[in-house]
Amino acid sequence: MAMTMTQKILAAHAGLDSVSAGQLILANVDLVLGNDVTSPVAIREYNKLGQDEVFNKTKIAMVMDHFAPNKDIKAATQCKMCRDFCDDKEIVNFFDVGSMGVEHAILPEKGLVVSGNVVIGADSHTCTYGALGAFSTGVGSTDMACGMATGKAWFKVPSAIKFVLKGKLNKGVYGKDVILHIIGMIGVDGALYKSMEFTGEGVHTLSVSERLCMANMAIEAGAKNGIFEVDDKTLEFIKNAGGKDPVVYTADPDAEYDEVYEIDLSTIKQTVAFPHLPENTHTIDEIDDIKIDQVVIGSCTNGRLEDLIVAAEILKGRKVNKRVRTIVIPATQKIYLEAMEMGLLKIFIDAGAIVSTPTCGPCLGGHMGILAEGERAVATTNRNFVGRMGHPKSEVYLASPAVAAASAVTGKISSPDELA
Amino acid sequence: MKFDGKVIKYGDNVDTDVIIPARYLNTIDKKELASHCMEDLDTTFVSRVQEGDIMVAGFNFGCGSSREHAPIAIKESGIALVIAKSFARILYRNSINIGLPIIECPEAVDAISEGDKLSVDMDKGVIKNETTGTEYKTEPFPPFIQSIIANGGLIESIKAGKIK
Repeated sequence: MAMTMTQKILAAHAGLDSVSAGQLILANVDLVLGNDVTSPVAIREYNKLGQDEVFNKTKIAMVMDHFAPNKDIKAATQCKMCRDFCDDKEIVNFFDVGSMGVEHAILPEKGLVVSGNVVIGADSHTCTYGALGAFSTGVGSTDMACGMATGKAWFKVPSAIKFVLKGKLNKGVYGKDVILHIIGMIGVDGALYKSMEFTGEGVHTLSVSERLCMANMAIEAGAKNGIFEVDDKTLEFIKNAGGKDPVVYTADPDAEYDEVYEIDLSTIKQTVAFPHLPENTHTIDEIDDIKIDQVVIGSCTNGRLEDLIVAAEILKGRKVNKRVRTIVIPATQKIYLEAMEMGLLKIFIDAGAIVSTPTCGPCLGGHMGILAEGERAVATTNRNFVGRMGHPKSEVYLASPAVAAASAVTGKISSPDELA
Repeated sequence: MKFDGKVIKYGDNVDTDVIIPARYLNTIDKKELASHCMEDLDTTFVSRVQEGDIMVAGFNFGCGSSREHAPIAIKESGIALVIAKSFARILYRNSINIGLPIIECPEAVDAISEGDKLSVDMDKGVIKNETTGTEYKTEPFPPFIQSIIANGGLIESIKAGKIK
């Protein structure tokens, strides 16, 4: 029976010749992920099982990124609980302050996810690794606990929506604009329970960094996973990261899709999602003057080196608006170091921005840039729900690093084209 | 499983950030999480919710973060059952995994109002609105999921040797 790319990966991991949409399966997982917010609940549940050894010490990753470096005593206690557990269980891939980065940036960087893997993570943006041709999906802490114990997870095999990408993006338009456009088009539950499969010649024109950004936000359309067909760029990225044994799956030509969308990348404009849902998208040319108080450039969506390069090109030789607190957060230590060596950090600081150690921080309203009542931020992050970055009456506008950097300069939501 | 309770109703796209804001995720204490449940959407929820109440919501309930703290906070607040037009997928599986009963029934949601009294029979798949006298049928869970619920959640299922 014809299968989608996701269905093929799931079938292989469930030891089945084929699977079909709606089928419930128990699949082997290649990696189980948690962070400092979700792992403590998972550890509490794991301890109820009375199982000394985890299923595989090298196939669990725990990353202290949400409230780390510890923002308060309670956060410190949660990180300590994770640290003690990883010590006790001899978990190899424990990333603490000093080695940590935002989880979905650091795992691909370390080569811990390769094409064809099944990855579950107690973090909704685990879907990021679909960019590498893996099936990866967000689950809860109890799933994480059971994954750590058994190396398995239950799934309902998803149907899929196919996005056939054609053409090439115009200058100043990025993967972030494409995924915001798609979420605006299909809505925040437009892909509920489904896979979003990205295919077509246009895929090859997108960098792996842009694909990671797009797969990252599949969850914002309700999807179970977002997945890109594998090409030379993918395999080169994995090789450079030290990833081992990628397995390339391709969808059957006659696989069934619930819907097929053709997207001409050359028609995509710079796009911004207004509060309080990622589907509230507007293209930059439709936006009137919206004054802002803060800009955040970072996160698992857009905190990679390529994103910092884009922002630095715009901020070079310019100053951020005095009213705009501009916070740049390289997503990992490696990105931080590379940005330093390239002189990007100097550009940011000269422009009047600050550069933070890697953390999820303000993206989820944790720390390092919380908004007061009535304040507005432009952020390269992934969610703009009520209260997401602070006060329930604050606002988050989602955009690309280019639009975020330009907005920091003008003090209102702006395209880089508006800068003199 | 049978439930009798009073309805607390919300709209579409209730996200996990309003169910339990991230600023409270520095604890895993169930009671503390419950004390902030729904705070950014409805500051009156915690003071008016009563043991056994039924939460009713629109499409895509629980969208957003994977935080299991969200269904934990709802369950600990006293809510016995959530009925929604649809559930975001992570909250859906988290609810099953922790043993918070949920039902998807768009028709029933449209006909239920805040404060209505419902009686629900999960096994028969029947939602009865005692206030209006109307009745709705729902789809039962597939057997695999029923067995997780019957075992008292995913952890208990593994302990019982049902998932190896």
